[in-house]
Amino acid sequence: MSLVIKGGTVVDETGTRTADVRIEDGTIVAVGESLTGDTTLDATGCIVSSGFVDLHTHLRQPGREEAETIETGSRAAALGGFTAVVAMPNTEPAIDSAGVVREVLDWGAKALCDVRPAGAITKGRAGKELAPLGEMADLGVRLFTDDGAGVQDSRLMRRALEYASALGVTLAQHCEDEGLASGGHMHEGEWSSRLGIPGIPAEAEELMVARDIALSRLTGAPVHFLHMSTARSIELIRAAKAEGLPVTAEAAPHHFTLTHAAIAGYDPVFKVNPPLRSDADVEAVRTGLADGTIDAIATDHAPHAQELKEAAFDEAPPGMLGLETCFALALQLGVPIERVLALLSWNPARIAGLTAEHGGPIAEGRPANLTVLDLAHAWTVEPERLASRSRNTPYAGWALQGRARHTVFRGEPVVVDMEATR
Amino acid sequence: MASHLLSVADLGADGLHELLDLTDSMIEVAERRIPKVPVLRGKTVVSLFYEDSTRTRLSFETAAKRLSADTMNFSVSTSSVKKGESLRDTVITIEAMGVDAIVVRHGSAGVPWQIADWVDASVINAGDGWHEHPTQALLDCYTIREKLGSLQDRHIAIVGDIKHSRVARSDVLAFTLLGAHVTLVAPPTLLPPSLEGWPVAVSHDLDSVLKTVDVVYLLRMQKERQTEALLPSLREYTALYGLTRERARLLGDDTLVMHPGPMNRGVEIAAEVADLPRSVITRQVANGVAVRSAVLFKLLGSEPTS
Repeated sequence: MSLVIKGGTVVDETGTRTADVRIEDGTIVAVGESLTGDTTLDATGCIVSSGFVDLHTHLRQPGREEAETIETGSRAAALGGFTAVVAMPNTEPAIDSAGVVREVLDWGAKALCDVRPAGAITKGRAGKELAPLGEMADLGVRLFTDDGAGVQDSRLMRRALEYASALGVTLAQHCEDEGLASGGHMHEGEWSSRLGIPGIPAEAEELMVARDIALSRLTGAPVHFLHMSTARSIELIRAAKAEGLPVTAEAAPHHFTLTHAAIAGYDPVFKVNPPLRSDADVEAVRTGLADGTIDAIATDHAPHAQELKEAAFDEAPPGMLGLETCFALALQLGVPIERVLALLSWNPARIAGLTAEHGGPIAEGRPANLTVLDLAHAWTVEPERLASRSRNTPYAGWALQGRARHTVFRGEPVVVDMEATR
Repeated sequence: MASHLLSVADLGADGLHELLDLTDSMIEVAERRIPKVPVLRGKTVVSLFYEDSTRTRLSFETAAKRLSADTMNFSVSTSSVKKGESLRDTVITIEAMGVDAIVVRHGSAGVPWQIADWVDASVINAGDGWHEHPTQALLDCYTIREKLGSLQDRHIAIVGDIKHSRVARSDVLAFTLLGAHVTLVAPPTLLPPSLEGWPVAVSHDLDSVLKTVDVVYLLRMQKERQTEALLPSLREYTALYGLTRERARLLGDDTLVMHPGPMNRGVEIAAEVADLPRSVITRQVANGVAVRSAVLFKLLGSEPTS
């Protein structure tokens, strides 16, 4: 059985060309003109790209299945053009041992995209003792983080980086100094003062960015910075890269499209960690994404059950959906499409250690993990129509442009004409 | 379409004046032999207080009863909230019982706005976290107007824990809307992180400010602030920012001393200063009931009852 993606413009790191793509048994067997096959996916007027890789998704399983499951999250991912997601380990129980890794891999085996668990850096994400990084790495885990919290103890973080460097894995940090951040629920500044909500100063993030850059220098180990949100964080990373340190960074769409002014109505849908920041910070994130300081866009897709987001602002959990709106928002950056695809696919595939299967190039012999993108498609965000089990998107009612039309995962068309096939 | 009182900002100067004038009538009602009028008969006002506050709750209850409204109390500690009922479910349930107004106090800013989105009843903000306490600001304005004639061009100092004070935020809005000049006096740790856009002056020197003001408004200093590293001790706070007997002598003859209550005598205000004739703290409380009656009447009183 063969599948042909017909009439599209193929874009990968080697260049751009009009070509059809023929797929058999999960592999690309031909890229060229006038190809035929048993099934056809029409790609007229569309870009054919390697599937997106999300470095930062919360799939909530095990523990919070009412908000999302690996299946429903993977469906949302596929609809968003993703063929791989890194599943964050702040589940219940945390992904801090081979046992839980195996469970997640098992559930992920039937998913609509590649589900790659990230492991916790510390046991239970408690920040006190190293988790068994080696036994998790043996199962293929390549990224480790205590996301949801940062590792507060500098000595422990140093040891973790040293230990990890022998395993060929990358530690990723949720940069948040608890001393400065504690008690805060939104960005500390003009809006938090006006609204009377305790604030989280930008420095709570920047302190840990600076510390981990120093630790990367000390240990020689790579560090990936999750959800960068402040102008000074980005300056620190720019300088670290200029120095040649092995650091990478990601930013989430909400940090380059929304500011703290959105909290004026006290709707907890806009509550997120790190919080929505100022105009200057948003501008710096956009610049960082354009100039290469920030390597990837990662959604930080964080589903929450409706009743949890219908609580008082202070009491609601932070987090927003992101998988299905990501691509359209990325297009709003106004950078060339090659840069958008680098941010969504080629770079995150490298950071996640998935280049064998994801992130291109689109060539004969490569695994068929692709997405067909309609850059012109106009649509409105309706929370009830999203594939996620939850509804907490800050973009409800937004008119967006750009959407994945088809997504092919290991040769299987999991999304056809913007609908999931299963 | 229900109307609400969520923020002083919603009222504007005209709305403020209107409510203050209405309060005059309510004061007059309070002084009658039978201090009750039937204007809100058949209306139900429920108090939904997630934070303890006997004084404000009683003030609202009295205010409602003076207008012949029925009142209900939703006391969180004994309620289904302890059993895990969500905020939204709680207010929807209350509304289903048939209420015309919900007076809400909550420890989190913004809750009255959220509730106003979920119910058809009128919502009155009785204090939301650090954010606002509009009826307090109204009764403060009324008291100043009563004693000094008007707030226009008056100088008012608000002293104390501004950062955590919903009273301060509402007072700043209300006093400046009515033309007063406001100075905040506090140590830097007790000021909001940003005063961008606030129409106020700031000082850390209480003594020099006291000589220039028509009103000194003191905020309660909570003991917990010491454990949060915001203050070295209450003793030091009193030494630098307390209205002591000595400082009270710096005040002009007609300067008022005000406080939203409850007072920590000996901390932000010396015991004997609280009892001076210039201290209008008990007058504030009395005015509070009339102001809240005015608010309830404005929001719920419609067609004249026979």
